[in-house]
Amino acid sequence: MSEQVQENAPRGGMTVSDQVAIEINGMNKWYGQFHVLRDIDLTVYEGERIVICGPSGSGKSTLIRCINALEEHQQGSIVVDGTRLTSDLKNIDKIRSEVGMCFQHFNLFPHLTILENCTLAPIWVRKIPKKEAIETAMHYLEKVKIPDQANKYPGQLSGGQQQRVAIARSLCMRPRIMLFDEPTSALDPEMIKEVLDTMIELAEEGMTMLCVTHEMGFARQVANRVIFMADGQIVEQNEPEEFFNNPQSDRTQQFLSQILGH
Amino acid sequence: MTEKNIAYLRTSEAPTLPPPASEVGIRGWLWKNIFASMADYSSVSKTINSILMTILTVGSALFLYWIIAGLLDFTLFSATFSDPEGVKREACVVNAGACWPYVQAKWYQFMYGFYPAEEVWRVNVAMFLLAVGIAWLVFPMPRRGLVAALMLTAFPIVSFVLLNGMPIEHDGDLGKVFAGVWFPLIVAGVVGAGWFLARDGRLGEVAAAVAPILLMAAALFGLFAFLPLITAALDIALGTEVVETNQWGGLTITLVVAIAGIVASLPLGMLLALGRQSNAPILKYTSVIFIEVVRGIPLISVLFFASAMLPYFLEPGVDFNKLLRAMIGVMLFSAAYMAEVIRGGLQAMPKGQYEGGMSLGLSYWQQMRLIIMPQALTTVIPGIVNTFIGLFKDTTLVLIISIFDLLGMMNATLTDPTWATPTTAYTGYLVIALIYFVFCFGMSRYSVYMENKLHRGHR
Repeated sequence: MSEQVQENAPRGGMTVSDQVAIEINGMNKWYGQFHVLRDIDLTVYEGERIVICGPSGSGKSTLIRCINALEEHQQGSIVVDGTRLTSDLKNIDKIRSEVGMCFQHFNLFPHLTILENCTLAPIWVRKIPKKEAIETAMHYLEKVKIPDQANKYPGQLSGGQQQRVAIARSLCMRPRIMLFDEPTSALDPEMIKEVLDTMIELAEEGMTMLCVTHEMGFARQVANRVIFMADGQIVEQNEPEEFFNNPQSDRTQQFLSQILGH
Repeated sequence: MTEKNIAYLRTSEAPTLPPPASEVGIRGWLWKNIFASMADYSSVSKTINSILMTILTVGSALFLYWIIAGLLDFTLFSATFSDPEGVKREACVVNAGACWPYVQAKWYQFMYGFYPAEEVWRVNVAMFLLAVGIAWLVFPMPRRGLVAALMLTAFPIVSFVLLNGMPIEHDGDLGKVFAGVWFPLIVAGVVGAGWFLARDGRLGEVAAAVAPILLMAAALFGLFAFLPLITAALDIALGTEVVETNQWGGLTITLVVAIAGIVASLPLGMLLALGRQSNAPILKYTSVIFIEVVRGIPLISVLFFASAMLPYFLEPGVDFNKLLRAMIGVMLFSAAYMAEVIRGGLQAMPKGQYEGGMSLGLSYWQQMRLIIMPQALTTVIPGIVNTFIGLFKDTTLVLIISIFDLLGMMNATLTDPTWATPTTAYTGYLVIALIYFVFCFGMSRYSVYMENKLHRGHR
């Protein structure tokens, strides 16, 4: 299985290196009696953009949440950027500060301004001087095109703006890998594009990205690899063109016909 | 709807009109808020409604009139205001209203109890410092962090020295006084060191933690060496003699006990609430048991136990101050209640806030301090202030162990036969009620102000 993965992995993108960013081997996870993730093998190379899709309850969010230890896995190994994920808090904190994450519901801190949201972790985790943290924050806020909102509170921004702040907040930690957990699912249709544009820009700069999303247009445009999950397993993975035009398994065909059908 | 052409285009702007007369001015307000609900007789149910509203409105107005007229009569029209001949009860007994000369005569005791009059400036200085400190923290002033730190560390020591006095002649008492000063310092040191260690939850940082502990120990020893000098200087400068706590009383006691409880209950309550939510079983059940046991016992019984029973369990000759015991009882009590209020706030926090913090690499204590607690505390401000107000009034229970707080002191003055009139007690209770109300209403208004301020912009 893992050989097959490695064979598939570095196709497509021009910026993909042969440096391994994330290596998952024989990973299993249970919620009580329920076996959510079964025998996951996955190698992600630096600069790769991976889109994970699949029906609801298939374990895609759980998979990427395991990568920064928001969920604990019970079996197998996860190595992120050369650091093995164990119950050692030191390793977990190290990985979390290297891996950025954006959530479906943004999870901005409503009691802090946009700027404070962006400078909090650099100041407290990275111990960067406040002035420098503010400069970095403004740089990334400009990148996501909302520097003028810096002194507002999250509640005063639209959903799309909030998600872009969340992206900027993660980038302020200068992560090497970004995880996106359905970043556009909670947004109004007209705001999805602004968030996707930000993500595309990020992808073009060569950021390693793992993205759980149902935006198939995004997958076609930026992904090197699309992973299809069902029932806690990786059922199929391939380059986007192949994946969409020539799905191999029945489960994938069924899923694609449902989401692309209308 | 039968017309086929539904296209419509407005070509001129609709004019903005002034509101109808029923919406503006005093007449409009009166009509809308008072008379409109009584004037609708268009159907049977509305008629019944209007009649009921009329009855309720007139009834409330009469009730208000009755209360206000009664109060005005008692406090002003039938009251005795002065006692120029110094005849005390004879001046008041002729009138049916309040006996204000009595309040004037006993005001000192209401405020200070039996605190010696020549030393009372010390209480006033302590209270003045307290008032300045609170005002500084309550209003948007510069350097509030520093002032808060001073109020939590230096102020208790200074006010203790002021209120209690600093004896240096009696070697036997020295230990006691030092214990009073050192105990909070040592506790603060231990808590600070614990905080530092727990901050990242890593043993690797123990080494880094040892340095400040050593520093603190050195500072303690240094201070200890110099303390006799400092107290000597204080003694020479101030000449403070000891005023035993059994001479304290009145509002002074109420404030000392209530403020100790309020100040201690918030951090203790936070720790207990976090403990109760912890995954570590020992920590969790210690917190649960503490909270449940304390909440399950009346404050009176704890105070009574501390006062009457404790001496039986201690070795003969070992005793610690009754007021201190009462204060500790009140602190632990309010901490348990506060823990539950804060836990309510913690439970209102969405899981995403923890995950947002975690995904950025913040440690547990950083998440709590920077993200969770500020929001949880803001959510439960009404509950916190409710607990403070309850605590402030519960301090009257120290009466049960013969500590004379504001109410107790007033009660004690009623036994003075020179002021025995039919209205003395009513006057006294009215004054005490008013003093309590001023403090509690102040806290209540401040909580409203804080809520508006903190919720602004992000809710």
